[in-house]
Amino acid sequence: MSSTLAPVGGVNAGLTEDWIIRTQDLTKEFKGFFAVREVDLRVRRGTIHALIGPNGAGKTTCFNLITKFLQPSKGRILYNGRDITRDDPASVARAGLVRSFQISAVFPHMTVLENIRVALQRPLGTAFHFWRSDHSLKVLDGRARELAAAVGIEEFSETPAVELSYGRKRALEIATTLALDPEMLLLDEPMAGMGREDIDRIAGLIRQVAKGRTVLMVEHNLAVVADLSDTITVLARGQILAEGDYHKVSGDPQVIEAYMGTAHA
Amino acid sequence: MMWIAAIAALALAAPYAVYPIFLMKALCFGLFAVAFNLLLGYTGLLSFGHAAFFGFAAYVTGHAMKEWGVTPELGILAGVAVAAAMGLVFGLLAIRRLGIYFAMVTLALAQMVYFYCLQAPFTHGEDGIQAIPRGKLFGVLPLDDMYVLYYVVLAIFAIGVWIVWRAVHSPFGQVLHAIRENEPRAVSLGYKTERFKLAAFVLSASLAGLAGATKTLVFQLASLTDVNWHTSGEVVLMTLLGGMGTVLGPVAGAFVITTIENYLADIGAWVTIIQGIIFVLVVTLFRRGIIGEALAFVERRRRQ
Ligand SMILES: Nc1ncnc2c1ncn2[C@@H]1O[C@H](COP(=O)(O)OP(=O)(O)OP(=O)(O)O)[C@@H](O)[C@H]1O
Ligand SMILES: [Mg+2]
Repeated sequence: MSSTLAPVGGVNAGLTEDWIIRTQDLTKEFKGFFAVREVDLRVRRGTIHALIGPNGAGKTTCFNLITKFLQPSKGRILYNGRDITRDDPASVARAGLVRSFQISAVFPHMTVLENIRVALQRPLGTAFHFWRSDHSLKVLDGRARELAAAVGIEEFSETPAVELSYGRKRALEIATTLALDPEMLLLDEPMAGMGREDIDRIAGLIRQVAKGRTVLMVEHNLAVVADLSDTITVLARGQILAEGDYHKVSGDPQVIEAYMGTAHA
Repeated sequence: MMWIAAIAALALAAPYAVYPIFLMKALCFGLFAVAFNLLLGYTGLLSFGHAAFFGFAAYVTGHAMKEWGVTPELGILAGVAVAAAMGLVFGLLAIRRLGIYFAMVTLALAQMVYFYCLQAPFTHGEDGIQAIPRGKLFGVLPLDDMYVLYYVVLAIFAIGVWIVWRAVHSPFGQVLHAIRENEPRAVSLGYKTERFKLAAFVLSASLAGLAGATKTLVFQLASLTDVNWHTSGEVVLMTLLGGMGTVLGPVAGAFVITTIENYLADIGAWVTIIQGIIFVLVVTLFRRGIIGEALAFVERRRRQ
């Protein structure tokens, strides 16, 4: 299982840059409202980094900015030291920075195998070949099955994604993301709306895939965050409130007021 | 496979039972609707300007054949090439707009094409290009023979539909499917989705042009009717009526609408009203269209 989940390219040992992601002065303004304000976020290579904060804190907006689904109003984003502030989202994904979405993002009327194949087929270089039969994609089925098995949904290979349970949809999303063999995964609330059992499964999965990769995740479930992450950044009203390991962050009085207070209320 | 053979047999025998000109008209509109559905049904884009490709290709083919005396295959090729180029321009200008704005931009551009055709000398304004010689296909097949013409039109139709079917069931079609279902996710997997939509748009415009060019051969006429926005609306109706979930569905819609227009022409304005009623019925009651509802019915029976 772990061999399927491990990065194909191996860890990028040659790079001296310690921070895989660095933002400087990152700001997003929606008509006078600052969803994200002057955020300097640093994510260390090879770690699991959690981004937490109350509803509306700007977590998803941060994700959208880093993956270029939104243009920042101000500031810079560096990926492996390279400025990606003006790149388009597809290019960022190709460079190895792949995100999931807050609401589960599968292709509902495609089967599990087809979902994963969409991610696998781009490197074949035939994505524009409208004259070629889609049987030519069958060469990818083996790898797609492996990935489905790695997240524990191989028995649903031929099932349309829409018919999967919520937890399995999330698992499929992770398999699809892994199909790209990304260097870094950004997961937006991977466990929202899940039961105990699913949460454990996905947490185990995240731990597995994080070996040799970097994970930045938004998550409201603090037990999961405490358990999984090396570093936590707390965001409130678009700004960084605190940063550090769980112990440090959970003891911060400002955090307790802004975040823990509401979470325990 | 069985039903494909049955349809093919029917199509081959049809001109001996039904007025060939009517059949050919329906085939041209059928191909037009199939091409249109590559966008609406398989890419998720509603173009409201497809008459521009259909009608303008008809003019180009008519002009080339009548004024320059080229053979039919070259005339058609010229029409398709111009439609493809127009599709590229329309697509580049419209593809970034979403939903209703996309439809509006295509409509606005198509209206510009219409007014150009109204003014330009080569289209002969209200008269259109008339008495276009049909000539001989490849210099040998005499298209003035009604049966030869019919089988040529049928072959063009089959090739056009096959191209769409192939595209839908290709690696490209898989990406289109993904984009239609969840565009942000497709982007996050590294696909520059606008390029795929543009490619689909150009392909659709080219085949709409092929349909228009073929219609010129049949009627020996290219006129303003074919570039009118009304024709753009009609192809939407045909597609929805036949059903946009299958490649061949729109052909059924095209046959129904063409039949209504041909055989109920005597009742004049009522045709428009009947079309309106059909449109309302399809949108409110039979969302899947004729073929879609039929397939769903068969599926229900099978499951019981
Ligand atoms: N496109 C937009 N236009 C205007 N305001 C927006 C837009 N997107 C987000 N916002 C606002 O920005 C703020 C931050 O939103 P964001 O979605 O980033 O929060 P979040 O931290 O992800 O919250 P949650 O935990 O609820 O997912 C919210 O107040 C939201 O209303
Ligand atoms: Mg959010």
